[in-house]
Amino acid sequence: MPEKIDYDAKIPNNVNLSEDRRLQRALEGWQPKFMHWWGEMGPTLETQGVYLRTAVSVGREGWAHFDHVNVPDYRWGIFLAERDPDRRIAFGEHKGEEVWQQVPGEYRADLQRLIVIQGDTEPASVEQQKLLGLTAPSLYDLRNLFQVNVEEGRHLWAMVYLLHAYFGREGRDEAEGLLLRNSGSPDAPRILGAFNEETADWLAFYMFTYFTDRDGKYQLGTLKESSFDPLSRTCEFMLKEEAHHMMVGTTGVDRVVTRSAELIREHDTLDIGPHGGIPLDIIQKYINFHYTVSLDLFGSETSTNAANYYTAGLKGRWQETRRKDDHKLTDDARTLEKPAADGTWTSEEMQAILLLNLDLRSEYVADCQTGVKRWNKILADAGVDHTFRLPHPGFNREVGINSGHHVTPDGTIVDEATWQAGKSKWLPTTEDLTFVRSLMHPVYERGKIASWVAPPRQGINGKPFDYEYVYLT
Amino acid sequence: MTTTTPVTFDRRPDEYRHWRLHVDGEVAWLEMDVDEQGGLVPGYELKLNSYDLGVDIELYDATQRLRFEHPEVRVVVVTSAKDKVFCAGANIRMLAASEHHWKVNFCKFTNETRNGMEDATEHSGQTYVAAVNGTCAGGGYEIALACEKILLIDDNSSTVALPEVPLLGVLPGTGGLTRVVDKRRVRRDLADVFATRPDGVKGKTAVDWRLVDELVPRQGFREAVAKRAREIARESDRTGEGGIELTPLEHRYVDTDVTKDQVTITIKGPENDPGDLHEEGANGWFLAMTRELDDAILRLRTNEVEAGTWILKTQGDPEKVLAHEQAVFGAKDWLGNEITQYFKRTLKRLDVTSRSLIALIEPGSCFAGSLLELALAADRQYILDGPPIDDEDSDERATIRLSEANFGPFPMGNGLTRLQARFHGDDDHLAWLAREKDHELSAAEAVELGLVTDAPDDLDWEDEIRIALEGRASLSPDALTGLEANHRFVGPETIETKIFGRLAAWQNWIFTRPNASGPEGALRRYGTGQKAVFDRKRV
Repeated sequence: MPEKIDYDAKIPNNVNLSEDRRLQRALEGWQPKFMHWWGEMGPTLETQGVYLRTAVSVGREGWAHFDHVNVPDYRWGIFLAERDPDRRIAFGEHKGEEVWQQVPGEYRADLQRLIVIQGDTEPASVEQQKLLGLTAPSLYDLRNLFQVNVEEGRHLWAMVYLLHAYFGREGRDEAEGLLLRNSGSPDAPRILGAFNEETADWLAFYMFTYFTDRDGKYQLGTLKESSFDPLSRTCEFMLKEEAHHMMVGTTGVDRVVTRSAELIREHDTLDIGPHGGIPLDIIQKYINFHYTVSLDLFGSETSTNAANYYTAGLKGRWQETRRKDDHKLTDDARTLEKPAADGTWTSEEMQAILLLNLDLRSEYVADCQTGVKRWNKILADAGVDHTFRLPHPGFNREVGINSGHHVTPDGTIVDEATWQAGKSKWLPTTEDLTFVRSLMHPVYERGKIASWVAPPRQGINGKPFDYEYVYLT
Repeated sequence: MTTTTPVTFDRRPDEYRHWRLHVDGEVAWLEMDVDEQGGLVPGYELKLNSYDLGVDIELYDATQRLRFEHPEVRVVVVTSAKDKVFCAGANIRMLAASEHHWKVNFCKFTNETRNGMEDATEHSGQTYVAAVNGTCAGGGYEIALACEKILLIDDNSSTVALPEVPLLGVLPGTGGLTRVVDKRRVRRDLADVFATRPDGVKGKTAVDWRLVDELVPRQGFREAVAKRAREIARESDRTGEGGIELTPLEHRYVDTDVTKDQVTITIKGPENDPGDLHEEGANGWFLAMTRELDDAILRLRTNEVEAGTWILKTQGDPEKVLAHEQAVFGAKDWLGNEITQYFKRTLKRLDVTSRSLIALIEPGSCFAGSLLELALAADRQYILDGPPIDDEDSDERATIRLSEANFGPFPMGNGLTRLQARFHGDDDHLAWLAREKDHELSAAEAVELGLVTDAPDDLDWEDEIRIALEGRASLSPDALTGLEANHRFVGPETIETKIFGRLAAWQNWIFTRPNASGPEGALRRYGTGQKAVFDRKRV
């Protein structure tokens, strides 16, 4: 007889793991594979301890515990937000019914697919950021990178938990598949294109955590509305962690802009590259790229899948319960702006239910705009006469109605030749990327920071910037 | 959905909108690259390499050209030019918006094209291989199923699927259900699981269940497929060179005359003696006649849906027909074989055509050998026992002739010759018929041998035929379709008869049921974001 393992200790959880033998066995089988994956695909840099936040409970207060942790020993666990026993289905044709505690057979395949796609994005970002530890601009940033990475790892656990607990053998196969696909792998790439792009430098990392993780926030927000209660509760808790990733993105870009503004003032030139800063036009190009790649993650503007998911109650809208309509949308209409063959924009009225991806994307676009405002305020406060802009949603798109059209950042539809001629002004060129990469030297000394970025205004958990966030060998 | 302009079936590779065909020695690549905006009828976009009749007409054209223009090709790789998508199957919005007869005719044609691919593998040594490089669902998987081998990209996410039942409330009607169990011998319980899950099966499981043959890594997919194709090519016995060009049709040998209720199809025999098969190429009578007949059947089925009776006539010299037939059979090479196989497939098209087929055998006709098969394919045969109607002094009489063409080379979908089907289980009679081949048979002999339904004389002929045709036209077309389809295919079941009989019949029934095409049915509701409402009573 093997010794009984205390799973509550090995895998922190609030899903009663110790009494669910089937789930124990599944997760026990998966854990070593996950650790192997982490070893292969996780951060390259070895550390002796990182000042990390670990979730220890899901209550309103004190759910996070801070301490130096050896990264591979991070306690990845399974946390669901607390259950609301009165929760009812908020939308779709089952509106008003009790939420489901089990997967309805009818929706098994769709729910599994949604969870697999969400799950596939979580380890992807870890893989994309694998090498960043080697070039961190400060110990503070290095710590944040690891925090983001371990939490993406935990989000993977969250999705794997759902697959293991509710989808039987196939769910276990899919959970394994999440570790078999790898970002950018020529053989088995991640499912969504944006997660196969390289995150080669720290400006890209800040942009990724600002724009792409923000997409994650909105996707999780729609899954939080799900009638499948375990999925809803899982996503609700993930959203709490996700907020930190976006803080890393928001303040990260803030700090780059701050530093660039300082250098512009100091040297009285916009050409701050030679002075070790990132020129504003390169920042704008990064915004253009990461924003548009993230827009692709919302899928096609018109989507019958999204409509089906909504009607079935699998995936709602952002803040569904706060919306003031019938939550069924069978009779509502909405307008879709489309590029026309003659180079003009036309609009078409369509059933609102077919435009749910657009609905979610609109929420996202408004949210992204707040960041741009912040960054412009930094420039204005520093007296730099320059503004950043989000490009038109038709710009540089591979997915949806705009793919196949050439749209400039200001929304003009142009021909192929004009597009090619303008491309280097709008998107990062090889030279831009090489230049940014040339600035990426690691700074691992306490209290020191790289030339191209300003220190943060606040440290983590009340600690100062010069705190030893990471113990290196 | 119907078009106001008639559908044509003439296509040329350099004008394809949806496929790319290129030949690389003994391997041909047939790449699906559907133009979303290129639907045959307005009102839908062909997303995800989904297809409509127009896409399939090009596929049919390509398969024909591969057989005749490329005798050197031993393997045809069917794949997609789009990244991550092989084919999503028949376009659902097209199906949902189509009238019933359009859906049925579309399904029939697509089935015939897929059967043709299998026929090329089996009878021409031109093996079809599906290189599934991404999402492969519904009719997309049915294209793959029509291939001899299915290679699936091993990227940990691509699946094969037959999601019609769960997503649309209809069947995978292009042979999917039948081929899974009959051809690929997937266990029935696994086939049941497979066909009821919308998300399909991927990777190793797909191999284990026999849904695909092999997995191919994503990296170097094309090269690996090419390598595999060359290996398969080595096993083929197809030999040949000097393909013949399938030039544009000239409509020299097949006349069609359409009235409201009926169509008269007149096939004209050859004017000259046969020349060299290869030199004559597409101009040779047998091939030209077959191409024109094939085209006529397709156009009439698609465009003339209310003309429910087809009258089959021939005109010409029976001796010359038999001489040309001999030239084809005697060639003993790839071209002779291709023409034989093509005529066989064209006759099969006639067998599964849902129209009443009536053969009229008159003086001056040439129902001999191969062309007699047309009469034998018909539901009834009338021979005029007397002089031509407009020349009562003439000595000319209607005759028919049996030849070796009636005893083997043109089997029906059930694997029987038309004579075997006509005299099912009566071996003595078949032996008697075999002794009667190669000479003229008069009207009286034709009656005695059971080769015709009736032999009215010249006084009765016009009235008898008029009454028969008018009577026919007054009957329910649906009941006639059922009647004829049941009578035509006696004896054993094959994959083909199951597809055209059993599967198509079920699909027709399901198509018209409220659970599929009612206002709240699955097919109608697909793409609206609303769920189908089913009448739960099982019938």
